[in-house]
Amino acid sequence: MQKAINPIEEMYESKPRRWWFYTLVILIVAVILGWSANAIKFKGLAAKGSEVAYGIVFGITHPDTSLLFNATKDGVVYMLFETVAIAVLGTLIGGLLAVPFSFLASENIMPKWAAFLFRAFILLIRTIPSLVWALVWIRVTGPGAFCGVVTQSVCSIGMISKMYINAIEDLDTRILESLDAAGCTRFQKIRYGILPQLYANFVSTLIYRFDINIKDATTLGIVGAGGIGAALIQCINSRRWSMVGAFLFGMIVLMLVIELFSTKVRKRLARG
Amino acid sequence: MAKMKTQKPVRPPLFDRIFPPRILSVGDHSVQKPRSRGWLIALVVIAAVWGSVVVTEFNLGIIVKRGHQFTVILAKIFNPDWSYFSNVLSPLLDTIKMSVMGSVIGSTLALPFAVVASANINRSGAAVAILRVLLNVVRTLPTLVIASICALIFGLGTFAGTVAITVFTFGIVSKMLYESIETIDMGAFEAMEALGASKFQAFWSAVFPQILPTYLSHCLYSFEINIRAASILGYVGAGGLGILINERVGWRDYEGLGTVLIALFAVVLLIENTSQYLRRKLS
Repeated sequence: MQKAINPIEEMYESKPRRWWFYTLVILIVAVILGWSANAIKFKGLAAKGSEVAYGIVFGITHPDTSLLFNATKDGVVYMLFETVAIAVLGTLIGGLLAVPFSFLASENIMPKWAAFLFRAFILLIRTIPSLVWALVWIRVTGPGAFCGVVTQSVCSIGMISKMYINAIEDLDTRILESLDAAGCTRFQKIRYGILPQLYANFVSTLIYRFDINIKDATTLGIVGAGGIGAALIQCINSRRWSMVGAFLFGMIVLMLVIELFSTKVRKRLARG
Repeated sequence: MAKMKTQKPVRPPLFDRIFPPRILSVGDHSVQKPRSRGWLIALVVIAAVWGSVVVTEFNLGIIVKRGHQFTVILAKIFNPDWSYFSNVLSPLLDTIKMSVMGSVIGSTLALPFAVVASANINRSGAAVAILRVLLNVVRTLPTLVIASICALIFGLGTFAGTVAITVFTFGIVSKMLYESIETIDMGAFEAMEALGASKFQAFWSAVFPQILPTYLSHCLYSFEINIRAASILGYVGAGGLGILINERVGWRDYEGLGTVLIALFAVVLLIENTSQYLRRKLS
């Protein structure tokens, strides 16, 4: 029998060999990939496809400045403002609506079965794409920015509640016991025991969702729910590339600024 | 050390210079208590809400008056038409295939870009900054807009959708990845470089094993998101369930829409649970 020469080699010899596991994983991935690849056939460029590609590049390098710096209701600036307005209201209302849902779906407050039911409901809200929500709400509110607000209020509930629930389930309940011992009333317990623990987390969630909602609001316009999306898609379909360039330019700048701001605020909130 | 760092006096924030902090003193000890910023934040929020209400023509009355319309549609959606299911199956599989391919290609492309964009591996600050701005720009483009442009370039169908999902995945995976590369332990990398290994060799055997589980976890996470994102791409002609959603809503066939949504819900539930199980195993 051969003895191991030194501890390093000994460790090396004794490392687990799970080649069959890796082979299995690779096989499964390969099968899934092969199955998916058959649906994705590259049929070459569409008729005038290269013209479109050239148009995009041209549009982004030559944005329509008269549209970009136009302060009237048809200009990029006003449309971006409308998009932001939709996201502000949608996020705030969604955040408020999510509070009761998330308390009802937290396992440390509600019995397990009830929490599970509310969780399933929240998942259902989250699964339905926001575009579908908008298509349904448009029957109620009619086209326009108001439809976008209602849509975002509803579909923000899904993700916001999910994050709220995590915060609520991490609550330190020992604080409540000590407040009890100090003779605090129920209201005082909520004010000094629960709110300070949740506040930073909730605000951080809201700002994160605001970031997502801004991006979402730019596409809601495609179905007629206000914001910049409607005009953008029209310009793409009628191939007015320099206008497309102006819209994209405005959107990119807006979203970079908002993201910068939101990361900064969230970092400060996390530090306390 | 020869040179001592001179401590620069910290300049208080603008708010504290306008409203100087109150000084509370007990005996000969005193503390500065900054004034509450609450009212300023409240003012900003109220102004933002008021502005938004005006711009969006927010009107709760409409919802109260016409809310029953919504419940009518919801009732139809939750009463799905099962005979329609045979039409749903093929676009549903298309959606899954699009997101599988998009996730795989996108996250493979993201790997080299993320490595070059991490400040602890790439020492050139300017290159990192430029690359990050580019990655940020890619991330700001909405998937639907990319999909509609791709549909014009590559023709209608699943290929355009796959390209859109690829771009989207590339954006988020590369960002999550360079953020996690920056938190790893660089000791092994430096030791290998000191022993004379090339940058690539050092990366391959010292950094890659550390980031591999996180990388796979990010890929699975993006796949979870992609299923939902891919389901609406058909709305602009990029293949998958979106085509059906567009068509059913156009015909006001909400029972059929219900079938589509329930099939999507089942698939999302299955994939999210599988992927969350795998991600727990990875961490």
